[in-house]
Amino acid sequence: MSEPAILMEHVQKWFGQMHVLRDISLSVETGERVVVCGPSGSGKSTMIRCINRLEEHQKGRIVVDGTELTSDVRALDTIRREVGMVFQSFNLFPHLTILQNCTLAPIRVRRMPKREAEELAMEYLRRVKIPEQAAKYPGQLSGGQQQRVAIARALCMQPKIMLFDEPTSALDPEMIKEVLDTMIGLAETGMTMVCVTHEMGFARQVANRVVFMDRGEVVESGPPAEIFANPATDRLRLFLSQILRGH
Amino acid sequence: MSASHSSSVERAPTLALGAPLSRAAFWLRSRLFATPVSAVVSLALLYLLLRWGWDFFGWAVLHAIWQVPHDAAGLPQTGVCRAAEGVGACWAVVAEKYRFILFGFYPYAQQWRPAICVLLFIGLYAASAQQRFWRRELALIWAVALVLIGALMWGGFAGLPLVADDQWGGLPITLILATFGLAGAFPLAVLAALGRRSRGMPAVRMLCVCYIELIRGVPLISLLFMASVMFPLFLPAGVDIDKLLRAQIAFVLFAGAYLAEVVRAGLQALPKGQSEAADALGLGYWQKTMLIVLPQALRQVIPMLVNTFIGFFKDTSLVLIIGIFDLTTTGRTAIDEPAWQGFGNEIYLLLAAIYFTFCFAMSRTSARLEHLFSRGQRR
Ligand SMILES: Nc1ncnc2c1ncn2[C@@H]1O[C@H](COP(=O)(O)OP(=O)(O)OP(=O)(O)O)[C@@H](O)[C@H]1O
Ligand SMILES: [Mg+2]
Repeated sequence: MSEPAILMEHVQKWFGQMHVLRDISLSVETGERVVVCGPSGSGKSTMIRCINRLEEHQKGRIVVDGTELTSDVRALDTIRREVGMVFQSFNLFPHLTILQNCTLAPIRVRRMPKREAEELAMEYLRRVKIPEQAAKYPGQLSGGQQQRVAIARALCMQPKIMLFDEPTSALDPEMIKEVLDTMIGLAETGMTMVCVTHEMGFARQVANRVVFMDRGEVVESGPPAEIFANPATDRLRLFLSQILRGH
Repeated sequence: MSASHSSSVERAPTLALGAPLSRAAFWLRSRLFATPVSAVVSLALLYLLLRWGWDFFGWAVLHAIWQVPHDAAGLPQTGVCRAAEGVGACWAVVAEKYRFILFGFYPYAQQWRPAICVLLFIGLYAASAQQRFWRRELALIWAVALVLIGALMWGGFAGLPLVADDQWGGLPITLILATFGLAGAFPLAVLAALGRRSRGMPAVRMLCVCYIELIRGVPLISLLFMASVMFPLFLPAGVDIDKLLRAQIAFVLFAGAYLAEVVRAGLQALPKGQSEAADALGLGYWQKTMLIVLPQALRQVIPMLVNTFIGFFKDTSLVLIIGIFDLTTTGRTAIDEPAWQGFGNEIYLLLAAIYFTFCFAMSRTSARLEHLFSRGQRR
């Protein structure tokens, strides 16, 4: 009824000769939580990065929060304000403190007064359970703590949609849980989320829908319980068996 | 020292750390005399060092001549110096000529003005090297000080006689060329480096590549020569751009091209994720560049930047060939006078000492900044 938070229609992308996204159509409703999985090189990162135009798609249509992604810079600015992103390698700014990492964009992009931005940042740092690290530099934190800061940093822009590209795959096993718990907490607030991840436990617990990609296509999608219990295609069956063996 | 070690085992460490003498002894033994080979090498070097040091001390201090008499016409009588040649230094030439070396043909009675300018420059450098002065006001102070320096040098107001810049010389010229040169070259270099990496604007990119490659491919001497001799040929009659200004522009262009490549190296070393994170947060191009990219890229290349600064500081001495009297030129000119001919050693030692002081200060500052920026920011 209401329009979807993210709408992708027949999206195609090439890197040179390589056809990386082949006719992707996907719609994510407001408040929906979608987990994207698939083998390495299947185009998951490319797909999710097209949503905030870190990569440009070449064919098809992407509409985010009612704004279509074109080469129009104004539209892009609007969309990037509403879409937060968390990367596999954290990408915190190493020359800024944790607090500065979190307040930079609200102050510069949203033109929020510094005091207010700092209060907001402390609020989110409390939510990811590391307010006491605010004055430190990223290099002084563990990987799990850095990733939680990265989540807080994205949330400080008060986005409507959050994108996660394998947020836990650069982490040691004992730190994965703390990041996943943060993400579960975020899911409970009703945030619209698209997560590329291979954490099937997480998918089961929070995803409304799992999308399985292979070779640039969406092969299957559906609620986690169904899709994991009865994979319809051999490709997904193979993928699931490999994932389970790996864990 | 061996006594302290052969005494009780418990006391040895405290002694080694506590008493300065035994600590020095420990350092000497562990660093210089650890093995027979290193002991031999150390002793040989020590011998050479002492010998040369002593010879130099004899020449520079013990047998040196500090003053020469003047005849009735006021001309220096350098016979004593000539007699001492090869045995003792003739510092009399420095005593006699230092005002000319430092300030060139600037009117003698007015030389307090360039002297103040030199002090202002040194004050600016010293303040800028201190972290606690890094505020917005510092830029303002720089602007005010540079205007003040220009006003003092030129004069022509408040009873100060006008001194045209072809009368300027010596250390102020060197500092002016270096300071304004780097101050102009640095922003130019950053823009050229950013332009060279911009994928979206091929025209800008080509322009930056051409600028950098053309200037880098040409010796500074020929650039200066073109600025001073060829450039005026292209100007309409009656229009004349000051020679010093032309040299200054040549320096800015030259240093800009070299610094641009240093800055580009820093930009290239920055992980792509940094700029992607800035994009994802919605920062615009200039915000991203000024707040995320440049601060990190420049920190990365501080040693190379300062290396270029130091080379450039010394390259200002090439204005010699276009008849601008920088510090090196005044030094050379000082010993043109027949009475002082042949006393180049003393003069060049003085020049070396002055250049070294500035360059060494730059190098120490660079090391301090590196240390400061690396604190707590390792990934
Ligand atoms: N910037 C690029 N230039 C050229 N090819 C690229 C680029 N980025 C990705 N590719 C290629 O596009 C394909 C899809 O890559 P993508 O990173 O989207 O895969 P992925 O599903 O995220 O894989 P992974 O699980 O390893 O992260 C891969 O074959 C990859 O080599
Ligand atoms: Mg990926």
